[in-house]
Amino acid sequence: MATEATAERRSAGHRLADLFHGRPRLQVGALLAGPVGWLVIGYLGSLLVLLIAAFWTVDPLSGELVHSLSFENFETLFEEPVYRSIVGRTVLIAALVTLTDAVLAFPIAFYMAKLASRRGKAILIVAILVPLWSSYLVKVLSWRTMLGNGGVIDWALEPFGLHGPGFGQTAVWLVMSYLWLPYMILPIYAGLERIPDSLISASEDLGASPFTTFRRVILPLAFPAVVAGSIFTFALTLGDYITPRLVSNDQFIGNVIFNNISNNLPLASALALVPIVVMVAYLLVARRLGAFEHL
Amino acid sequence: MRNRDAHPARTAWLVIAGLLAVMLLLAGCGGSDDSSGGGGEELAKLGEGEGQVSLISWAGYVEPEWSKPFEQKTGCKVNNKVAGTSDEMVQLMRSGQYDGVSASGNASARLVEGGDVDPVNVSLVPNYKTIFSDLKNQPYNTFDGKPYGIPHGRGANLLMWNSDDVTPAPTSWDVMLDPKKAAKYKGRISAYDDPIYIADAAVYLKAHQPDLGIENPYELNEEQFEAAVNLLKEQRPLVGEYWSEATKQIAAFANGDSEVGTTWQYQYFALQEEGKPVAASPASQGFLPKEGATGWSDTWMISSQAKHPNCMYMWMDWIVSPKVNAEVAEFFGEAPAQSKACEQTADKQFCSKYHAENPGFWKRVYYWETPLADCGDGSGDCKDYNDWVQAWTSIKG
Repeated sequence: MATEATAERRSAGHRLADLFHGRPRLQVGALLAGPVGWLVIGYLGSLLVLLIAAFWTVDPLSGELVHSLSFENFETLFEEPVYRSIVGRTVLIAALVTLTDAVLAFPIAFYMAKLASRRGKAILIVAILVPLWSSYLVKVLSWRTMLGNGGVIDWALEPFGLHGPGFGQTAVWLVMSYLWLPYMILPIYAGLERIPDSLISASEDLGASPFTTFRRVILPLAFPAVVAGSIFTFALTLGDYITPRLVSNDQFIGNVIFNNISNNLPLASALALVPIVVMVAYLLVARRLGAFEHL
Repeated sequence: MRNRDAHPARTAWLVIAGLLAVMLLLAGCGGSDDSSGGGGEELAKLGEGEGQVSLISWAGYVEPEWSKPFEQKTGCKVNNKVAGTSDEMVQLMRSGQYDGVSASGNASARLVEGGDVDPVNVSLVPNYKTIFSDLKNQPYNTFDGKPYGIPHGRGANLLMWNSDDVTPAPTSWDVMLDPKKAAKYKGRISAYDDPIYIADAAVYLKAHQPDLGIENPYELNEEQFEAAVNLLKEQRPLVGEYWSEATKQIAAFANGDSEVGTTWQYQYFALQEEGKPVAASPASQGFLPKEGATGWSDTWMISSQAKHPNCMYMWMDWIVSPKVNAEVAEFFGEAPAQSKACEQTADKQFCSKYHAENPGFWKRVYYWETPLADCGDGSGDCKDYNDWVQAWTSIKG
């Protein structure tokens, strides 16, 4: 009896195995159904719902949503000059942060990928990762203390007769550049690591100066990695609202979304479309520049 | 990859176009599932407790010192959710998961309009009788003549300054709102980061530009509203910091980043305890700058979807019972709503310090209200809260 039952159970397993046998599409489908379903429903679906809300309005009296198609929120965004200046400010800071991080990250990544010993490389990677493990809020609040009146920055600049930047857009630029630097270093490091040393030697053998080697060989090959890193720094800066709130009085896109989310969700949704549009435009430009050709 | 799919860009565009089409379709077909009832039925008779009650409150309003004895007495277990802003409270109440909320005046009207709260049968709340009469039948807790909640306590927003650097001691909000006088403290002014701060400018203008005819700083017509907004736009370059977290303002005053600003009792006490040189309008000035001030008067309201209405009624009676109301008021630093609480406070001078029994003092305190378009008289000329939020965005720039 017992053996019969096992045989039956085994045959059920066998039947399942038979079902998948020789059907690669079914295998892949069964494997991916969960994760892809999660991606489509959890990420894209909720994003879609959020964006649909951009076309609704709020009843001014009760504060409840009016579910009918309207472009009122987009009109507000285009007609009120304050939103243009907020978008402009956010994009400008995001671009500055990206540029700063690229300039800072490249030499570090290059040293890690090409020059450092194995030990040195390991130490550097840990040094870059450790700040990522500590709390975001603690880091921003530390900067707040440093930038504040009589903080470390004021103290360090005092002998030169200078004064720290205080709170404001400069502070936001500094803090964001600090926060997102690892997100720039790691992709560039990975990109440079993939460039064979032989190419650099060949360039030297053919008589190219170090600068020419950098310009004609290393930079074109590493460029996609820089763009990959810049997507992180750019997108993270576009979306952040806590840093501007803590180290400046200036409003960024994220702050306005935050301020509107509970009493005017449709306007907040319309604003949430702005970073998406900016990112799409950014990616199109990056593609024009050939950033994705070597992926 | 590129060989198999020759036009990745075209595919991407098709996907985006498809998503946009679905989006527009859904946005249009959303239909209106209008659920706002507005003014449900009040409870007629108090029954057995349901074993628990879910509350939304300001920090410091529901503490174990008085919620544990409540649980022992009534058998209603207290589940409390602390909210940081009035907007958050409204949002949470609309989820229908809570029995009641300690709403400030800038949330209460929205809750009533949205049909999120029910009127309260005050005959089921015995302690309501002895609540200060100037807290009953107020526009932020009574709608269509029906009481929509039980008053909890009240306080005024303070003018605070650094007593070492700001001399002579200011007696008026002009130290932060008159562009000429405020210029002296450029970059060291601390203002509240919320649309409701526009009312502070309106209180100032009410006293300094009487020809604007401002009566209620929360009911502003086009001209009055514009004047208040422009005043704050002039103040903008002088402001060192807009605060919305108490801790942020405490730190800024402690290290000298801020020297004069609008604040709550909580921050003022905390800084005094740290031994920082701060001062606020003294007793000789009636604790208020000469124009008066904005403030809050909070109300416990019951959800129209309350699953534990009996326990909620028991809570509303408990929180305004003399001893408990005294405990809450002293813990939080505000004037109690219960007249008999004044006999129960640990500090016997507490009620006189906080002007609990002095209606004249509160005439100059403008409790937070939700700005509504109808101006309180149905004329519809006033700016509503959405306008306030948008104006606040443009003030900060």
